[in-house]
Order: sequence, then structure tokens, then C-alpha cells
Amino acid sequence: MPHTAIEAQAEDGGSASKPQRIIKLGKTSDDIDKKSTNRRVKDVEICVPIVYGTIAFYLGRKASESQSHKWTVYVRGATNEDLGAVIKHVVFQLHPSFNNPTRIVESPPFELSECGWGEFEIGISLFFHSDVCDKQLDLYHHLKLYPEDESGPQSTKKPVVVESYNEIVFPDPSECFFARVQNHPAVLVPRLPAGFSLPAPVPLENMNENGRGDTKDHPLSQWFMNFSEADELLKLAAARQQVQAHIVKLRRQLSAIDGMPQPLKPASSYECT
Amino acid sequence: MDAKDILGLPKTPLAITQEKKTRPQRDSQRKPDGIAREVYALTGGLAPLMPSIDASELKRRPPSSEKITWQWLPFPRSALKDNLQLYHWVRVVNGVPPAGDYSFAKYNKSVEVIRYTDEEYEKYLSDPAWTKEETDRLFDLCEQFDLRFIIIADRLLTLRTVEELKDRYYSVSRAILSSRASSSGEVAGHPLVKEPYNVSQETERKRALSMVLSQTRHQERKDAEVLAEAKRITESRMAARVAEEPNLPVTLDICPESTERDIVLGDTISPPNVQVPSAAVASSTTMMADNTSTLASLRMLWVHLRTYALEQMVQAASSSAGLRTIKRVEQALQDLGVDLKPKVPTKAVCAEHLELRKEILTLLNLQKQLQYKEAEGSSFHDSSYVDMPVTPKDRTFVPDTISFGGDRLGKREQKRKGPGRASETPSSPAHKRPRKLKASDL
Repeated sequence: MPHTAIEAQAEDGGSASKPQRIIKLGKTSDDIDKKSTNRRVKDVEICVPIVYGTIAFYLGRKASESQSHKWTVYVRGATNEDLGAVIKHVVFQLHPSFNNPTRIVESPPFELSECGWGEFEIGISLFFHSDVCDKQLDLYHHLKLYPEDESGPQSTKKPVVVESYNEIVFPDPSECFFARVQNHPAVLVPRLPAGFSLPAPVPLENMNENGRGDTKDHPLSQWFMNFSEADELLKLAAARQQVQAHIVKLRRQLSAIDGMPQPLKPASSYECT
Repeated sequence: MDAKDILGLPKTPLAITQEKKTRPQRDSQRKPDGIAREVYALTGGLAPLMPSIDASELKRRPPSSEKITWQWLPFPRSALKDNLQLYHWVRVVNGVPPAGDYSFAKYNKSVEVIRYTDEEYEKYLSDPAWTKEETDRLFDLCEQFDLRFIIIADRLLTLRTVEELKDRYYSVSRAILSSRASSSGEVAGHPLVKEPYNVSQETERKRALSMVLSQTRHQERKDAEVLAEAKRITESRMAARVAEEPNLPVTLDICPESTERDIVLGDTISPPNVQVPSAAVASSTTMMADNTSTLASLRMLWVHLRTYALEQMVQAASSSAGLRTIKRVEQALQDLGVDLKPKVPTKAVCAEHLELRKEILTLLNLQKQLQYKEAEGSSFHDSSYVDMPVTPKDRTFVPDTISFGGDRLGKREQKRKGPGRASETPSSPAHKRPRKLKASDL
């Protein structure tokens, strides 16, 4: 069974050499069930809205020279749903000054907490399940520890939160993936035209072994930002209206000039036609 | 040099830019041999790279052994058959006038027009559309005017087009040639026989030529646009084809997926079959072509972020715009209070954002067009002295119309008062210079 191979890997401890092993095993298992996941749903894209970012707390009295902040980097579903159906594991690449800077998180919630003093760019690589996508997706996020206004002393209660909203787009997804996540809350799946038949969904076997993968009741959930597309849409609609009104005005001006009768051309030597 | 000093004019640029260092150099150059100092200065004070004439030749005097006089003598005009006697100055050496024909007589070439006999006419050359008299007259004129058909067409009182005349002349000549030749092989090399005159083709060609010549500038620009887009479409298709190759080795699995991938590729490349549009819908199809090729390339990626897709689309949409235009679009977005990169990039938001950018591009293009039109109109007025009954409000420059609200409004108005006022004065030819686009304008 191909999926047992995946399970076996999940039990290994984290180490830097792991990624290569996973990939190799993944390849053989993929070869076996290649035929079934081969067919793709054309002209359709599956979209997974995610939010990724960091939350950093100042340690206050417990702070030391080298460990002044406690921060967490994470990738969560935009609606705090479980991303485990799509993402197999996430690799966080930290600053080389950390021990084992390549940290792998095998199961949701995909997050990592650390202590440190410096701000740097964290590399976040998303690895998907075999029927989803073979290629990894790389994101980058700058860890922010110090607040914008450096007015007073930092509070240990209020963290520095930086989150980015984005959507992972899978164009032409495989039928297997499509069937599996058709009704998943974390995934936006478009409606298929009537008469489209999909194979019966095969659930992944290693789902939710470690408890819940969603972040709805996450301890840090109170700091999560709200991303509402309604505001953006309103702003954009208003802007477009303004621009369109200007365009109409200009077009009117242009046609007025075009419609103007040309002056009689005097047979003067100044003009060269 | 001295004259310039007297007049108080600045010295030549050479002296101004390289002052003390080159003065000793110039001093040595000041006395070139052969020509006077002032004449030398006419060349800018620099010697020519290649000596055009040998300077020593200029001072050479004719060998004093000869005696040169100039005489007013008649010259023979063998080229002409009349008895007109003309005179000119002739350089006589030792009393001997130059011999030989008039040196320019050899240039008096004429066309060899083949004349037919009456018998030949009746045998080969009769044509329902042409009478013998007309054909005779045509040939006379051809000989007289050296086959200048435009003049011949004017001279012939019948209303025949130049093409018809040419057709008649060439077909008659061909017929005579082939009939007089003993075998067809002899004349096969003759240009008249080898390339027959094709009336319809010629008429069409001239019509097309006159159309191209009479194209307005507007049409010219549109044609250029259409051609550029067609080129871009083919190029993007080529690029999409090339871009497939690097994507193939990236994925891990090779054999089974590659065949399937080929099918996918085939599907995506053939649909963007954008036909070359008419000028009217030129801009929209550019967008479509760019979009389809971007979509195709995005599909190649298997997975991507929405923001990445948006970036690609934005790049594709503004591929025709220069850096300055892109900056202006971004400025406009900021003025409207819209983030350059949306904070919540959902599908709908990205689509709206893209549309907004395209509309801003259209707006900027319209502004530019309006400015061109104003410039054209105003330069028109410069040359003609007709006082145009144009109300000032039509001639206000575009910047007055664009103000997107917000804090910038106040500053903008103040900045604009100067040029705005100038355009409000009643038009008079002297003021109608097109104003250069400034950074404060949008």
C-alpha cells in the first residue's frame, strides 16, 4: 500500500537529512498509483486561502541578551480550518545561527516556536500530498520582533503580529485531489458542470493522528488578523468608478476636438503637407 | 578671428572648451600651408581627416609654356537636328580650339520606339478598342516624349488612363517583335517579351500605393500598432513554447506524467489563436493575447500563489507601457487609496485590481491622445492666421481634469494655477505652443 510508506516516514524524528528521504520514498509510492492520479480536471482551479506570519512576544523580566523575544511562525488556513488535507509537511528555514535551522513540521497546525533576539527572513516551504502537487511552494516572511512605534517599553502582553494573506492556486488539479477535498472547509473548490463524474474520494490515512489540525481554538488565535475581501472590493469598486468617470470625460473631450471643423488651409509657404 | 574679436563674438567652441592646454597646439595649427588662415578657420580650425585636395595643387599655376585665351565660339550640336547655332566660352590653348564633339552630346539618349508598317498593323495589331489613327498618334507621342506616359496621356485627347496606354504600347511592341523575329527563341530574352505588361496588376498596385500614400497619420499609427501586436502575439507564443522546456525537468516523476503533460500543453497552446484584429479592437485583443499566454504559463507551474499570478498579469498588461507609464499608474493607484499589492488577494479582488490597472492605463493613453490633439491643433493655428472660434474651455490642458481627491487636491490646484490660467486666455497664435509634460501632471 503506498500510503503506509508515508506513515512510516511520519514516525521518524526530525533531522536535517529527512527531506531527501521523504522525497525518494514519495517517488516510489507515486509511481505505483500514478495511473489513478494521472487524470486532471481541466480548466478548473482549486484554491486554498492561507495566512502565514509571525507573532512575537517580548519576554520582559525573563529576557536575556540572546533571548529577548519568544516568537512563533506559522501557516494556517484563512478561516482557521485544517490544512492537513492539502499540505503534507512544512519546512521552516531559520537563520543559520539557530541549531538545526531547517525545521520540519509534519502535521498541522504547521507552526514553530522559538526564542531569539534578531529579526531575519524565514523561509517557509510547503510540501503537498502526492495527489496534490509534486512541486513545493516557497514563501518568505520577515520576522518582526520590535513594534512600529518605539515609544514606551515593550509590553509582554501585546505581541508584534505580522500576517500575510495569500491563496495557493492549483490549476488543473488531479481528479483524486479534487474528489477528496470537494467538501473540505479549508479549500475553495469551484462547482463542476453537471454530468461531471469523479472517482470516489480516497481519504489520506495519516489524517489527524495528532489531534485537531485546525487553528480555531489555537492559543494564539486571539491575535490572528481578520482579512476581509469585502473592504478591498469596495475600495476597488469605488476607484474603478472614479477612473471610468474620468475616461468618459476625456473621451467626450477627444470627440469634441475631432469633430471640430478644420480651418481652411491657406496656400502659404509655411505649411508643408 | 580678428573679425570675431571686433564684433565681440565668442571664439570658436574649440577655444572655449579647451582653454590653455590646447592654445599652443592651436598656435602651431594656425599657419597651414596652402590656404589662408581665415579660410582655414572656416573649417572649424581643424584639418580634414582626408585631404580632399592636394594643397600644393592650389598654388600651382598652369605651365607658362602654353598660351591660354578664352574665346566666344559656336559649338556643334550633333545631337539636335535643327540649325540652331549656340555659342559659349571656350578655353583656347595656343590658338587651337578644342576638337571633337560637344562633350555633353553623348548624354542625349533617346528611347528606341519600334515603328510598324501598315501591313503589320493589319496583320497583327488590330484591336477593337484602338483605331489605327490612335495607335499611330500614340506611337508618335511615345517617340516624341521618350515614353513618358503621363505626358502622353495628357497630350492624347482621348480619355485613356496611363495604364491603358502602356498596355497598348507594350502589347503592340511585343507583337511586332515576335512577328519580326525569325524564331521565338531570338526574342525570348528581350525585356519586352520576357515580362509582359499586366494592366490589372498595375492598376491595383497604383491604387494600393495611393492608398498608402494618402493614409492619415492616425491610420498609420493604427497600422503600426496592429503589426506590433501581431509580432508580440507570435513572440509570446514562441516564448510559451520555449518556456515549456525548462519546466519539464523540474518535476520529479518523469515517464507517465510527461505524456499527459504533452496533452495538456497541446490544449493550452492551440486555444490562444487570437486572430489579427481590426484596428478598432486592437487594444482589447492585446490584453486577451497577453492574458491567455500568461494563463498558459501559469498553468505550467502546477502550483502558484495568487499574488504571483497577479504580478504576472500586471506585467503582461503593462508590457506595452514604458517605465514612466508604469510609475504613473502606480501613482494613480496610490492617489485613489488603493494598495499596489492588495492586502487580501482573493480571486475577485485580484481580478478587480487588474481591471483597475487596465482602466488607468486607458485613462493615461487617452490623456496622451488628448495632448497630441491639442498640440496638433495648436501648431495648426501657428501657421494659419485664421482666428479660430474656439472657446477657452476646450483648450484647457488635461491635468486640470485629473484630481483624485484626498490631501493632494489642495497642493495640486495651487501648482496648476499658473499653466491653467495661461490656457484660459483667448487664443492667439503666439501663445499656442504645446506645453511640455511636467512631472506634476498626471
